[in-house]
Amino acid sequence: MTPTTNAHAPAPPATPRPSALNYSRTTATAARVLRQLGHDPRTIALLVLIPCVMLFLLRYVFDGSPRVFDSIGASLLGIFPLITMFLVTSIATLRERTSGTLERLLAMPLGKGDLIAGYALAFGTLAIIQSTLATGLAVWFLDLDVTGSPWLLLVVALLDALLGTALGLFVSAFAASEFQAVQFMPAVIFPQLLLCGLFTPRPDMHPALEALSNVLPMSYAVDGMNEVLLHTDMTANFIRDAAIVATCALLVLTLGAATLRRRTT
Amino acid sequence: MMNYSSKKPPPAIQADNLTVTRGHRTVLRNLDFAVPHGQITGLLGPSGCGKSTLMRAIVGTQAKVTGTLKVLGHPAGAPALRSRIGYVTQAPSVYDDLTVRQNLAYFAAILDPGRTATERRHENVTRAIADVDLTSHADALAGNLSGGQRSRVSLAVALLGTPELLVLDEPTVGLDPVLRRDLWDLFHAIAAQRRATLLISSHVMDEAERCHRLLLMREGEILADDTPEALRTRTHADTVEAAFLHLVDEATATDAHHKEPAR
Ligand SMILES: Nc1ncnc2c1ncn2[C@@H]1O[C@H](COP(=O)(O)OP(=O)(O)OP(=O)(O)O)[C@@H](O)[C@H]1O
Ligand SMILES: [Mg+2]
Repeated sequence: MTPTTNAHAPAPPATPRPSALNYSRTTATAARVLRQLGHDPRTIALLVLIPCVMLFLLRYVFDGSPRVFDSIGASLLGIFPLITMFLVTSIATLRERTSGTLERLLAMPLGKGDLIAGYALAFGTLAIIQSTLATGLAVWFLDLDVTGSPWLLLVVALLDALLGTALGLFVSAFAASEFQAVQFMPAVIFPQLLLCGLFTPRPDMHPALEALSNVLPMSYAVDGMNEVLLHTDMTANFIRDAAIVATCALLVLTLGAATLRRRTT
Repeated sequence: MMNYSSKKPPPAIQADNLTVTRGHRTVLRNLDFAVPHGQITGLLGPSGCGKSTLMRAIVGTQAKVTGTLKVLGHPAGAPALRSRIGYVTQAPSVYDDLTVRQNLAYFAAILDPGRTATERRHENVTRAIADVDLTSHADALAGNLSGGQRSRVSLAVALLGTPELLVLDEPTVGLDPVLRRDLWDLFHAIAAQRRATLLISSHVMDEAERCHRLLLMREGEILADDTPEALRTRTHADTVEAAFLHLVDEATATDAHHKEPAR
């Protein structure tokens, strides 16, 4: 070690603070999150394989009634990315908080938006891989009968993944430990799962529950999937559903940014 | 407020009536002090006296700070300061599931973003790894390193850019004497050649002798703010350790004396 020479560092870069998102910092953050996952191949394998295994099981559970498989299978293609990205994101951000790296990053010239967008980008990429495999398997090997384009299924799946990432980021602000973070899944996801129309069509539910389901974003995720299932073209309803899910995701991401505090007690 | 002559550079850190509460406890009480520019200031005090809290206030990550705290001419925590301060938290804050080099590359990309800076970032990262003597472990996962090695990775992050102020919370704790000496040589080189200001907390008293100035803290208050030499002379002690013990004992005795009638 030769401190005398090392103290001469290259000239400091001129870095004016950006007001909005910084492209380089956002992509650097996304690359870092993916690199972390890259050192954890088992998590990636679980993320990618579990939806496929579940769809495979489902296909043969409903061996005698392929119409039921079509409807539930399409809904699940939307629900899987939401749930897995919710879990992965809430744990990842919680770890960032507890390891002190969040404190360090927020003392650096990193915008909160850069961090959140970086996470969304990284997990969005992962969700594309997950959804492509699951959709491909369902449509081409398990004979899931979609009337519309499988690409539209993929679009909804991606929006659902973003929504899951957004919700995960948001709730991690309220979780002080991994135990609490995991408990947020039954609290945030299960009610939506029950009410989203997976078990009974939403109009058949008690009016109070139907009204409640109307304000839960997962309902629109499942509706969107069913639109693709039943119609050849992109219907107006499909566009509305997709827009609602996307808006919810952006809204919750913004809320998530607001819960990141540079100063903590 | 103190007045400084025009010849002297303004202090790097200036606190007036600085108070911090954490939970229901007042952790720092009405602190007034100045940390001079371009020098190494040691922050010493018993465990729990508020050293880390003070450092968090300076880098702007501590909530519920009242009074004035100016850092490099800006209020502490101002966005303009974020690229000018290097900060090492007491617990190593690195990603355990990234290698040493990947950790540093990420933080470097935050400090100095953009494709055009790739070359410079690479140099900075390699230099920072060499500075903390981890070149042979550059491709090891941070989670697989020893405790001292992990805290050196954390330190390397703060050495990445060219910060004008380095706030280091116990950077040499748990390191061997050879490495500690080398790091202190590095700190002195940074102060001398880059005219950077360093604020370093420590429990190791022979390190205190190597600081230009010392801030002695006890229970959220500043006991002394002086050069090591002046402290020794004032307390008729041979070492800073003896001077420190003398001052703490004196303060404890005064406290006991003052509290007696109140009870
Ligand atoms: N998150 C917190 N909430 C409430 N009180 C806290 C919190 N963190 C620290 N404290 C209290 O603040 C006081 C000062 O803590 P601080 O970490 O600044 O001490 P320190 O001087 O750095 O100690 P050490 O040498 O052991 O690191 C302690 O009494 C501690 O109990
Ligand atoms: Mg401390």
